[in-house]
Amino acid sequence: MVPQANTAAPNMMRTAVVAVLGWLVIALVPTFLFSNYHLFQLTMVVVYATAILGLAILTGFNGQISLGHGAFYAIGAYVTAILMYQYEVPYWATLPVSAIVCAGFGFLIGLPALRLGGLYLALTTFALAVAVPQLLKHNVLEPWTGGVQGLVIDKPDPPFGIDISPDQWLYLFTLFVAGLLFLVAWNIVRGRIGRAMMAIRDHALAAEAMGIDIAMLKTRTFALSALYTGVAGSLGAIVIQFVAPDSFGIFVSIYFFVGLVVGGVSSIWGAIFGGIFIEFVPNVAESISKAAPGAVYGIILIAVMFLMPGGAAGFCKSLIVRFRRRSKSGELRPAKVGDVSANNISAAAGMPGGAGPDAGGSGSL
Amino acid sequence: MEGVLHQVLSGIANGGIYASVALALVMIYQATHHVNFAQGEMATLSTYIALTLINAGLPYWIAFIATVAVSFALGVLIERILMRPMMDAPVLASVGVFIGLLLIINASTGWMFDYTIKTFPTPFPGGPMLFSGYVSGHELGATAVTLVVLIAVYLFFRHTKLGLAMRAAAFNPVSSRLVGIRVGWMLALGWGLAAAIGAIAGMMVAPIVYLDPNMMGGILLYAFAGALLGGIDNPLGAVLGGFAVGIIENLAGAYLVGTSLKLTVALIIIVAVLVVKPSGLFGRTVLNRV
Repeated sequence: MVPQANTAAPNMMRTAVVAVLGWLVIALVPTFLFSNYHLFQLTMVVVYATAILGLAILTGFNGQISLGHGAFYAIGAYVTAILMYQYEVPYWATLPVSAIVCAGFGFLIGLPALRLGGLYLALTTFALAVAVPQLLKHNVLEPWTGGVQGLVIDKPDPPFGIDISPDQWLYLFTLFVAGLLFLVAWNIVRGRIGRAMMAIRDHALAAEAMGIDIAMLKTRTFALSALYTGVAGSLGAIVIQFVAPDSFGIFVSIYFFVGLVVGGVSSIWGAIFGGIFIEFVPNVAESISKAAPGAVYGIILIAVMFLMPGGAAGFCKSLIVRFRRRSKSGELRPAKVGDVSANNISAAAGMPGGAGPDAGGSGSL
Repeated sequence: MEGVLHQVLSGIANGGIYASVALALVMIYQATHHVNFAQGEMATLSTYIALTLINAGLPYWIAFIATVAVSFALGVLIERILMRPMMDAPVLASVGVFIGLLLIINASTGWMFDYTIKTFPTPFPGGPMLFSGYVSGHELGATAVTLVVLIAVYLFFRHTKLGLAMRAAAFNPVSSRLVGIRVGWMLALGWGLAAAIGAIAGMMVAPIVYLDPNMMGGILLYAFAGALLGGIDNPLGAVLGGFAVGIIENLAGAYLVGTSLKLTVALIIIVAVLVVKPSGLFGRTVLNRV
């Protein structure tokens, strides 16, 4: 397994150029070709993808299962809405605040999560997701949250008098923020911290023996994950211009989870597929059957899981591996590190759910 | 003091329902290490089947037995058709299938039986409340039925050959296969039993909370909490956990925060307990071999 260091530099340049060009195409083509409604849908895809990315960092890369990320999404959305509605803070300035608040909440939830693994953590986070909408409705918070009615916020106009519609601007703004977040996540995951996260996921005890501070890393991963989903919530609130407790029910968390599984748990880019899935599949289901769209949605979900148990990312990786093997079948090629991680996806995905009592046990060792 | 007693008694009645659903969850978890998110919707579907049979003119207990049988068959079918192909898939993919199943059953019950709230008959005499007005006839009857089910399940697993085979298949699939147990069918049987227990829980809870497609949503959450509180690998613990959750929920609702936050408070208490005892009150602590 010789690392291909000599070819890395020009490869990286080329990747960067391709990435920037691809980004520009993704940014500009829909902005000027799509109708406002389709642009809105696409904006929501970006928002959901960012939220799912937060979940992927936690569940996919760190092995901490969460069924309650809708709570962080809600908190982020409310921080933005309250700042904009009550204190007239400009929309872009709410994002850092929301990031800090959500990271703080995530850190706090990460503390009990240290003791709980697998299903127990799933329940804890699920409880959080159940609690947040009820708390948002509660009388004590009503002066800020607007109670059951929620808050309506204004649609931001494009800055500097640029001649595009607010929808077009929102799309570009969202895409910019999300792109930044994806880039950061990609770098974290590939780097030292990402490897430490995955080491904890794959074997906590061995990771600890290698000198990784598990408690610190796990709580900070939780904070980072909450930050991502919270910022996505802020973006979502700005895009929809409305927050109310009932739009952050438990189903939001479930849909994020569905998006994560469908996209592929330990993949940065799978989150995008997850976002596409949870934005568009309900519409598709509705167009197939008006009477029971939920049933169609469920059937599509099960079909996707049957065809791609590793999610879209796992599916693509296995296709690439197969394609490479076929095209280079003559050579005896040593497996690259990346190929190994493709196989690890299933092991990683298997861990959080299956290791319920084990994880609890190791906590009390 | 009398108020507390009342709350505890009605908590026990609710807890009995949670306990039976928790038991169904634990059964599937023990056999497959999956938590069946669709358990509640499966129970709701069974309850609708029971209502259809009763409306067709069958006596209650005949409809009851027929429903349990049909639910058992449905559970086995779901395992055979949906879960079997996912056996080697990652656990999270199975969770995806569970969520899909939940959506399908939920939407189909709504579509077939419409979303209006329906009353469900009780076989127990309503009449005057028992225990000087604290417990209704149905609550007492439902608790009794739950206890009978629990004892029956216990006896089945402890004292029958089939029960032993099912435990063996869950405990060590490879060795079980070597001694001639058909592990795949044991799993299917486990699903069937869980569906049947869920059906009974559904029929017992429907007269109290009324029947609609989302009837079991909250109950499943409580049952899950109860199962984890007691220890997900311990059926008796899960049952006690279910009762405990029922009592905690009622007391919290009555004395701590009022009904709007009682779910939240109940869950926070449960989480607090879990933080102190991470594998549940009666759960086995599993040691990792390094």
